[in-house]
Amino acid sequence: MSNNQTTTSAHHPAHVHQFDSMEQQNEVASFGMWVFLLTEIMMFGGLFAAYLIYRIKFYPAFVAGSTSISVAWGFANTLVLIGSSWTMAMGVWAAQQGKRKAQVWFILATMVLGAAFLGVKAKEYYDKYEECHIPGHIIGKEFNAWGGCKVGDPSMGNIAEEIRDAKHHGDPSIPENSAIETAKQTQIFFSFYFAMTGLHATHMLIGLGVLTWLLFRAKRGEFGPEYYSPVENVGLYWHFVDIVWIFLFPLLYLISRHQHHG
Amino acid sequence: MSEHAHPSRALYLVIFAALIVGTCLTWGIAFKDLGIWNPVVALTIAVIKATLVILYFMHVRYSNKLTIVTVCAGFFWLLILISLSLSDYLSRSWSLQ
Amino acid sequence: MSTVNQVAIPKVEVMPEKHYLNDNYGIRSWLLTKDHKRIAVLYLFTITFFFFLGGLFAALIRLELLTPQGDLFQSDTYNKLFTMHGVNMIFFFLIPSVPAVLGNFLVPLMVGAKDLAFPKINLLSWYIFIAGAAFALAALVSGGVDTGWTFYTPLSSGFLKTPVVVLGVGILIAGFASIFTGLNFIVTVHRMRAPGLTWGRLPLFVWANYAASLIMVLGTPVLAITLILLVLERGFHIGIFDPKLGGDPVLFQHMFWFYSHPAVYIMILPGMGVISEIITCFSRKRVFGYTFIAFSSIAIAVFGFVVWAHHMFVAGISTYSALVFSLLSFAVAIPSAVKVFNWTATMYKGSVTLSTPMLYALGFIGLFTIGGLTGLFLAALGLDIHVHDTYFVVAHFHYVMVGGMVMAYLGGLHFWWPKMTGRLYPEAWAKMAALITFIGFNLTFFPQFILGYLGMPRRYHAYPEEFQVLNVLSSAGASVLAVGFILPLIYFLYSLRYGQVAGNNPWKATGLEWETTSPPPTHNFEETPIVTCDPYNYGDDEEVHVVK
Repeated sequence: MSNNQTTTSAHHPAHVHQFDSMEQQNEVASFGMWVFLLTEIMMFGGLFAAYLIYRIKFYPAFVAGSTSISVAWGFANTLVLIGSSWTMAMGVWAAQQGKRKAQVWFILATMVLGAAFLGVKAKEYYDKYEECHIPGHIIGKEFNAWGGCKVGDPSMGNIAEEIRDAKHHGDPSIPENSAIETAKQTQIFFSFYFAMTGLHATHMLIGLGVLTWLLFRAKRGEFGPEYYSPVENVGLYWHFVDIVWIFLFPLLYLISRHQHHG
Repeated sequence: MSEHAHPSRALYLVIFAALIVGTCLTWGIAFKDLGIWNPVVALTIAVIKATLVILYFMHVRYSNKLTIVTVCAGFFWLLILISLSLSDYLSRSWSLQ
Repeated sequence: MSTVNQVAIPKVEVMPEKHYLNDNYGIRSWLLTKDHKRIAVLYLFTITFFFFLGGLFAALIRLELLTPQGDLFQSDTYNKLFTMHGVNMIFFFLIPSVPAVLGNFLVPLMVGAKDLAFPKINLLSWYIFIAGAAFALAALVSGGVDTGWTFYTPLSSGFLKTPVVVLGVGILIAGFASIFTGLNFIVTVHRMRAPGLTWGRLPLFVWANYAASLIMVLGTPVLAITLILLVLERGFHIGIFDPKLGGDPVLFQHMFWFYSHPAVYIMILPGMGVISEIITCFSRKRVFGYTFIAFSSIAIAVFGFVVWAHHMFVAGISTYSALVFSLLSFAVAIPSAVKVFNWTATMYKGSVTLSTPMLYALGFIGLFTIGGLTGLFLAALGLDIHVHDTYFVVAHFHYVMVGGMVMAYLGGLHFWWPKMTGRLYPEAWAKMAALITFIGFNLTFFPQFILGYLGMPRRYHAYPEEFQVLNVLSSAGASVLAVGFILPLIYFLYSLRYGQVAGNNPWKATGLEWETTSPPPTHNFEETPIVTCDPYNYGDDEEVHVVK
């Protein structure tokens, strides 16, 4: 692993002094990114661990909370994000192949899909705001598990009613405590829903920012077969964010869906 | 780093298709009652999808050992965090007698 | 490169003409530097400030505890004092001390690199640290925080009216500084080693910093997410840690200690690396059991992650889980003991010189052993219930962190001071300071073991009268300790101007950092060094182990 002596590629304009060669520099950049992703795994990991503990503890409340969010939008968003991961991978590929135009288009496509994802997310958040399902008391509205701000409005996904129904039908997963208690616990579900998707969306926003920077550099034709580590590293980051969502989708949207539909 | 082999355009498309199929599968199966197996199946599909992304989109299949060790270390430490915290929560109600 | 031994006749050393300190002048050249050595100096100034600020709080605490009545401060003020003491010392002094100052300066030199892998990120790390510190100071001047450095919920999330969020955000930000330092070290050690410098030839200081970096990278993000949840809980009452809303406050403790127990090893591991270097140099003997010392660092880093709940034995966690954590905690003693035994064996039959760094190193071995063994008391389930949250705990972790880490940091600072500045400190004064520190330290903290065992709880500003004698002893010791800490500050500054010129290798030590000039040139080495033999080639022939 010791670095090799200087090679001919040492005169690339992007080469910086502490490295003996461009190869070493590229390898170091990629490894550095992986170590950074290690920290990201642990950061999201803390949230996943906490989520898991409460999911076991308050399972009925998590079922109720989960069924109140739109699985169709979540599903669509998963497809959008996977699509953006593919365009990103193709962007890296195009950079490696030295296809300047193609890489610009792929980066642009990734940004469009990323923005679409955030748009859908914003719509989902707004729905939850309308239904008063944002935990705590943020933006003037207080959390209300009882079917939204207007009590009894059936259009707003009446969580507490569902719990009551499920208990009525003899669902054994609902413990002895009252439906009211369970309805209150759905707040914890929504805390995790917003914390996890919020942290994820923040990463998407940062990703979009970095992609913009990448787009300009790609347009100037800075990347080619010898030097594409910025594209590759942004790609690694973007795929990581995609992987987080691959887990968030089943964990948040698909808890015991079969109890309530089809 | 042209000395590294990288997936071809066609392979990227195959992986992309596999991810789409996996997503649809998760969605479809979620509405079937499999008892306790629902979350197990959902997470298994998620793990497979994540592995595909890591191996092909993130090129880990084509990287050196160090990268593989780094990725594994991440998941190993995550496992420590989750399993040891759960060890407390899952055994709290056990009685000593 | 010559292989001539520079021994025997003491010749007059001269400062090199061009080095990293006079390469460039002016405030800009420092604030925009990407040189790891200058960034180390920036960190040195910053953490020295926080060390003395934290020390000031400690002095006020000891002053209050001189008498049994809470007569100097109200209990609220006292709570703020020990909180700010802990936060300052842990997050703004101990965590960055050896890695960000000595590690930053030495890791690239020791691996024969021109700089760290990511110099810009290294500078960014310092700015992030400063930003975090600014938040912490803002929390201080806007009234101070009284949660204790552990921020336990629901006290911190619901009840207190103090600026908890500001301090939490400060620590969150400072955490990223630590992540970036760790990331830089890991990548540098893996990818930037000089030709011939295999893993088996790496200095033990580098091994230790590498192990600590693993913890910084794997643990700190969990603290970050914990603090984010705490801030959300406090700001919006989302309920995750609030028992009123069904949340579990113990979950906060789990997540907090998942980082903060390994963080203890972030603090001590680099210190152990310093000790390994000093002991072998001043014993003029090859270090005993190199491989064992190297791998015990990694073992401590890994085991350190599976013991955290021993802080929570009385917090209502499951008894079965507590049994497992207790057992695992005992396992950490093994790699720690491996180190102590190997250092002792290194000195055996060596020709030991009691220079200042060696005095600190010897102090470290004794005090760390006491601190470590009393840690086993606390890891034992039954005994922990008796001594939990008493002064026994306070004494235990001060033996590890002050007796261990601060001693190691000061030892390392003396050892590499000639390399960093090109000048020697006054040896007689330094020896006296080391001795004063050792005496003052034991006088301060040994009585606290007894106090704790007798049942004096920590974190109270008043105590029963029968504890006064021991408390007075402890406060008296603290003032001696203060002298021991202020002396080096004075003579280090003095030596910058009047110190004797050191020459490249005043200790005749091995290692790449001693091959270059003192102070080193900006690019560290004129040519990339090539390493041809094992480290610590002390003894028989005293061969220089490097050819260029």
